[in-house]
Amino acid sequence: MIHVQNIIDAIGLGAVFALIAVGIGLVFGVLRLINFAYGQLIMLAAYALAFTDSWPDAASVLAAVLVAVAASLVMERIAFRPLRTADPSTMLVATFALAYLLENAALVQYTYRQHGIIGDPIGTLAQLNQAVTIGSLHVRWVSILAIGTGAVSLAALALLLNRTSIGLQMRAASMDFRTARLLGVRADTVIMASVAVAGVLAAVAAVVLSIGSASVTPTTGLYETLFVLVGVVAGGIDRLLSATLGGFAIGFAISIVGAELPSSGETPFTSNLYMPSVIYLAVIVALLLRPAGLFARGGPGSVERV
Amino acid sequence: MKPPPALQELLGPIALVAALALFSGLFVSPGDQVKYLTAIVYAAIVAALYVFVGNSGVISFGQVSFVAVGAFSAGVMTIPIDTKPGVLPTLFPLLRDHTISSAWSLALAAGLGGVYAFAVGIPLMRLSGIAAGIATLAVLGITYNLFYNWNSIGPGATVESLIPVTTDYWQATIGAVVVIVVAYGYQRSRFGRQLRAAREDPAAARAAGIDIHRQRLLAFTLSGALSGFAGGLYVHLLGSIGANQVYLDLTFLTLAMLVVGGISSLFGAVVGAVVISLFNILLSNSELGIHVFGWTITAPSGTSLVGIAIIMLAILLLRPAGITGGREFSLDWARRRPPRKSPAVR
Repeated sequence: MIHVQNIIDAIGLGAVFALIAVGIGLVFGVLRLINFAYGQLIMLAAYALAFTDSWPDAASVLAAVLVAVAASLVMERIAFRPLRTADPSTMLVATFALAYLLENAALVQYTYRQHGIIGDPIGTLAQLNQAVTIGSLHVRWVSILAIGTGAVSLAALALLLNRTSIGLQMRAASMDFRTARLLGVRADTVIMASVAVAGVLAAVAAVVLSIGSASVTPTTGLYETLFVLVGVVAGGIDRLLSATLGGFAIGFAISIVGAELPSSGETPFTSNLYMPSVIYLAVIVALLLRPAGLFARGGPGSVERV
Repeated sequence: MKPPPALQELLGPIALVAALALFSGLFVSPGDQVKYLTAIVYAAIVAALYVFVGNSGVISFGQVSFVAVGAFSAGVMTIPIDTKPGVLPTLFPLLRDHTISSAWSLALAAGLGGVYAFAVGIPLMRLSGIAAGIATLAVLGITYNLFYNWNSIGPGATVESLIPVTTDYWQATIGAVVVIVVAYGYQRSRFGRQLRAAREDPAAARAAGIDIHRQRLLAFTLSGALSGFAGGLYVHLLGSIGANQVYLDLTFLTLAMLVVGGISSLFGAVVGAVVISLFNILLSNSELGIHVFGWTITAPSGTSLVGIAIIMLAILLLRPAGITGGREFSLDWARRRPPRKSPAVR
């Protein structure tokens, strides 16, 4: 039974990671840019939840969404748009700089307010952190929420991409940006739409993550995003579906490996202290076998330079 | 008479490092000197990073792994033998019961960095683009995870101290110059030229008979050895080392220095390291208070890190190709037109 429990938890984490993966994959599709500052969008949304903690839950979540979307659009306007024609390495380092800027700005406001402990409490939807017992299984509501929100968000996104004009333009732009522009797709509109949707997903991820952690620190979202970035590329970043599956797979794997390995042991690979090494080794093997991604269609396709 | 262009290209970065050392040695208060020494060691790390990233055009997030291997090996092996079993009792006996001199530890750091890079590079250099970037990031993650948890090879989650502080002005400057000279020698060699050709046009390079995998592996290994060496300089400057000091922050910082300076030239690597370090020193000192006309302006702590991020962004927005534009140093700088790139259509 303990294994079934672990699998349910793993699906929950996989669902959150899949949401983050979609946000990263959408922006990559139109900008060919790996956004290392995506984790800081999640952090900003989580701070919005913390600062509006006294508000009703719905208002608080709405504030988080607005903050994440606004921050995402500002990032696009001040950094990504002027650098769109620059070398990919320049854009990449610009996202490092943004990530560094936001993380340290969060740190400065924290020291400025002179909080005793690092981290601000978040009580939004805290009742969902309790468990529901089915037989001998203890499933936290947040796992169910994560799976549910993941499914709903992905379905909504699929509708947006497949049933609306802007969605069609986004898909066209991510296939071949030049041709799409020649056919009348407006570059700025499509990029801003993608970036805004990525912001919404960051806020949703922030809500789910902060129910679990019940607080926010300047590094909230950092490590999740790092793992998702790795998972997205291992899954196949050229298509949204394979990127999402990659994100889900890495979240699932992290949770399962962490739960199934023993919790103590100093020698490498005998305990879950070495979970990251196990995951990263698997990713390296996957990339060597299928450089375009595990879930990518066909053989080694066009792999972009970072 | 001016020196020939090749010599100018080599002397430019060396002169910059030497000028920094001389300036701080003469004019900077003793308390601040360690910051300038750090700047010089950063120049060595970024030049080592450049050997692979600059010449191959493949972004690697993994070179700091080799800095870490160099720093930990040089650190562990130079802790005095009479205290080592006491502070690090869990080490393997071979590491615990032997100690080498600081100079030999630098050679060891370079050797281990090179061996590790070679072993990792054999499979990884088959990848290119984003897949290569993420695979090297995974290597960094594994290296960090092992150093942080496995206390048979190092201090584990604690900070390893009691390491002899031997990186003074001479060692830092000579060390950085050695890295620069080796990097320049490689870049001018036929191997370096083959790799740069592959960077510009992989298909044409392959058609001309260049074995891209072998050339990338060579550059990766050399970069790993130089990174290990620079890691040795770093640990002997700090006197202590923890796994977090040679992980993501250092990776992002050194890559940012390289790109801000100009990713495709050695001069760009050194300029980026020096400029960002100088801004960093200036801003972190202003946190302690700047005296202007009898007033003291103090910024809240952490402001300098925000400031440095804004400066990096500003430089990238104003000069997307980096401060040097990816060109090597030349005395005819002002007269030479930058090479025009055909504008990318997006």
